[in-house]
Amino acid sequence: MNLETLLLYFFAAAALGGGVLMLIARHPMRVALALISSMLSLAGIYAILGVHVIAVFQVLIYVGAVMVFMVYVIMLLDVRDPSFLERYGRAVVPSIAIAAALALVLGATVSRGRMITAADVAQLQPGTVAASFDVQPFSAEFLERYWLHFELTSVLLLAAVVAAIAVVKAGRRHDG
Amino acid sequence: MDRTQLLLMLSIALFSLGLVGVMIRRNALVMLMCMELMLNGVVLSLVTFAERTATLSGAVLVFLVFVVAAAEIAIAIPIVLLLSRQRRTLDVGAWSELKG
Repeated sequence: MNLETLLLYFFAAAALGGGVLMLIARHPMRVALALISSMLSLAGIYAILGVHVIAVFQVLIYVGAVMVFMVYVIMLLDVRDPSFLERYGRAVVPSIAIAAALALVLGATVSRGRMITAADVAQLQPGTVAASFDVQPFSAEFLERYWLHFELTSVLLLAAVVAAIAVVKAGRRHDG
Repeated sequence: MDRTQLLLMLSIALFSLGLVGVMIRRNALVMLMCMELMLNGVVLSLVTFAERTATLSGAVLVFLVFVVAAAEIAIAIPIVLLLSRQRRTLDVGAWSELKG
């Protein structure tokens, strides 16, 4: 077993541990920290896979933007309400049973599946197979073939900003 | 176990953990974070397949999913803020009259 595989198992275990801690932790801040550690482990996995661009974006967008926003809101709303005293709702056992059944079915399917071979990859449309996932081929592919999607994301983000402002405005009118 | 299989198993496990979290936790913000965990599990399987089949389009799609997730959080958190301002609580049980 080489170092890469060892690191892969380590990061996989860390991501899984973060996910389990999210279910157990009482305070939302601890849940956020568990989620951040899980996301960072996933970024490590992406880096081991050689998909460095995605690893960087995972850290920048998820941990850097989304989770910082989340932590900020948690600190803003530090309310000791019933959800803090009593972590779980009523349907704990059925929920865990449903999720375990789903995981079992999906896991059985994956474990019986056939490995993806080079022939399968060759069957994909020619021109889509990449030599590497470095920044340069990624950027060239992104801005040459998918430039329209890139521009559309800016429209989406603008719509999100407008919607966020509209939601806050609507709440203010409701209050008073 | 093969590397692809291990990562797919991890992706399934993260998705299921997130699903359990959304169903059993009572705090609205914690439920949002568990949804993020589910999305992370799905993105892991997408990256695994993109890496395995060496398709750059997969990496581009992952980037677009990240942008959509950021937009989603930017809308979801103001909604949670508004809800908590009305009832002074983050407990989703306080809005149980929303069910049909």
